[in-house]
Amino acid sequence: MSGGAENHSRTAGPGEAFSARVIGFTRMLRDQGFPVGVQEGLDALRVARRCDITDRQGLHWGLRALLCTCVDEWQRFDELFDIYWRLAGRRTRTRTAGAGGGREAAREASGAQGVARDIDQPGVGEAQGIEGEGPKGGASAAEARARTDFQRLADQGQLREMEHLVERLARRMRRRIVRRARIVRAGRQVHMGRTVRNSLRYGGLPLDLAFRKRRRELPRLVLLLDVSRSMSLYSYLFLRFARGIVSVFRDADAFVYHTRLVRVTEALREPNIERVREKLAVLSLGWSGGTRIGACLERFNHDYGRRLLNRRTIVVMVSDGLDTGPPALLAEHLQRIRRRVRRVVWLNPLLGRAGYQPLAGGMQAALGAVDVFAPAHSLDSLRALEPYLVNG
Amino acid sequence: MRDIADFQWRLDEAGYVAERSLAATLMLVARMQRPLLLEGEAGVGKTEIAKALARVFDSPLIRLQCYEGLDVSSAVYEWNYQHQLLTIRLQESEPGPAQEKEKHIFSEAFLLKRPLLQAITQPESPVLLVDEIDRTDEEFEAYLLELLSDYQISIPELGTVQATSIPYVVLTSNGTRELSDALRRRCLYHYVDYPTFDKELRIVHKHLPAIGEQLGAQVVAFVQGLRELELRKRPGIAETLDWAAALLHLDIESLDQDPARLADSLTCLLKTKEDRDALSAGQVDGLVAKTT
Repeated sequence: MSGGAENHSRTAGPGEAFSARVIGFTRMLRDQGFPVGVQEGLDALRVARRCDITDRQGLHWGLRALLCTCVDEWQRFDELFDIYWRLAGRRTRTRTAGAGGGREAAREASGAQGVARDIDQPGVGEAQGIEGEGPKGGASAAEARARTDFQRLADQGQLREMEHLVERLARRMRRRIVRRARIVRAGRQVHMGRTVRNSLRYGGLPLDLAFRKRRRELPRLVLLLDVSRSMSLYSYLFLRFARGIVSVFRDADAFVYHTRLVRVTEALREPNIERVREKLAVLSLGWSGGTRIGACLERFNHDYGRRLLNRRTIVVMVSDGLDTGPPALLAEHLQRIRRRVRRVVWLNPLLGRAGYQPLAGGMQAALGAVDVFAPAHSLDSLRALEPYLVNG
Repeated sequence: MRDIADFQWRLDEAGYVAERSLAATLMLVARMQRPLLLEGEAGVGKTEIAKALARVFDSPLIRLQCYEGLDVSSAVYEWNYQHQLLTIRLQESEPGPAQEKEKHIFSEAFLLKRPLLQAITQPESPVLLVDEIDRTDEEFEAYLLELLSDYQISIPELGTVQATSIPYVVLTSNGTRELSDALRRRCLYHYVDYPTFDKELRIVHKHLPAIGEQLGAQVVAFVQGLRELELRKRPGIAETLDWAAALLHLDIESLDQDPARLADSLTCLLKTKEDRDALSAGQVDGLVAKTT
């Protein structure tokens, strides 16, 4: 922009101050949870040095490209940058006001012009800013959240955020599970028998190699979610969890039940979360009168059992075990499922409460037919599930 | 600021309409020689950016399309096994030390270079496009990360191949899977959003100069309105261009001219049956009314 020489002579002294400002900015980002380390700090200085100090916009874009690593950060960056550097701008202005106020004002004006020009050539997110979200807490807040009992989530905002976290957790699980399943495998393996057979055509020369195909060892997950009134506090959270699972595991299925059983896999794959809410609300309309877990499992076995259950399947039941049907029916059908699958995991959100004993009739009956009985009342307890979702 | 505008202009020359902030990022890619990670919904033109970059730098574009199960032999290099075997057969009768023969069959002549090896053995920096990186496995991602920090590939039989030139690397992702933090930190980042009205209009005019001012503006406004609706697959820029071209072929000059034909042509924009069913005639009329 304008007035290069004067500007530089003015900034030659404060060059160090400018560097300090840049470092300060990276610190602030780190406090905001951005993955900014020493290396990123140095890179930020390199970028900043390239930019003219008056070129706030160039600095903005440069640092944004450098320091953001995902959409979430990308969306928060603009506001953070503005807050930090607007303050800086104000400070410079007051400091130099006596020396060359007129020139400063001219610079401001040309800066404003520059911005206008950019809107003219529309930019991503420059003008639109950030939607509604304030800065989120850093690492310590996240830790606290991980231990919070879901039932203590007070307001709608917290609940929404937790839903988001739960879904993300489910997505991450796949990544870790896959990695673990893969450590033992090394490279392609030649299938000797087939190779010898193929080489007959070439007079015994093994020109055409046959390879063993890699087998995908991902588990098939079946989630059965209790959405009865006693579970209403937790239902949406687990549906979000199920949504995360269903979207990353190719072979996952989710069902909800209280008096009837409904497959919700497709509804959960819907990209828009609001629509998911609507669909599910419609599905559960007109249900009333207790929870019949046993009968629902019977239906499940009858309709889906043969297709979904095999040695690679892991069934996850989420329920408080408050069953209004006969406990024997529940026990029988759960046993039937268990015989065909690798593992049955029962998650009970109540288990996280102090002093809870699984005394409900249904729960008592089910305990004999589950491999893992675990609490599911916080992010941490869900995270602890991971080893049980691995095949093997 | 001047050079950013200049770079933006060069991108424009190369057929890509970029906003200034993207031009600034791309310039940083060139200067810092860091890979660039582009994220955004399908159809916002992520792949096009790499192609435009190749045209701007006047360098070859090497493309690696990722998929689940992509392995080293199809991404980096592979020995031409059949060729080697036949050579051994031919050499059997020839005298000479076995060691030399072995060296011969593991020479570059028998090496099949796949995109990644190609990319680092060019005389001048090419643009390497690693498309849909989120579709590969974590294993491959880790390999790529190593390559992107050292720019060398080690081939056990041949030794380490050092990069003759450092490629401009562009990675694209639309979030099928989360990428590792290490890879994200290694890269510069840019989130590509759906274009604004003005930008999309410029794109349409750039690709279809024959389209009139009126129809062009209508088309873009219609598509932009469509993106606001809750569709399973929102139309991208490519769909806008397809549709605009189709309308040109149908001799439509204004969207409200022929509702029946318009409805037929919508298949260019809505690629799933569900979306076509979900969009009622009333909604289409509403959108048309708003744009004309």
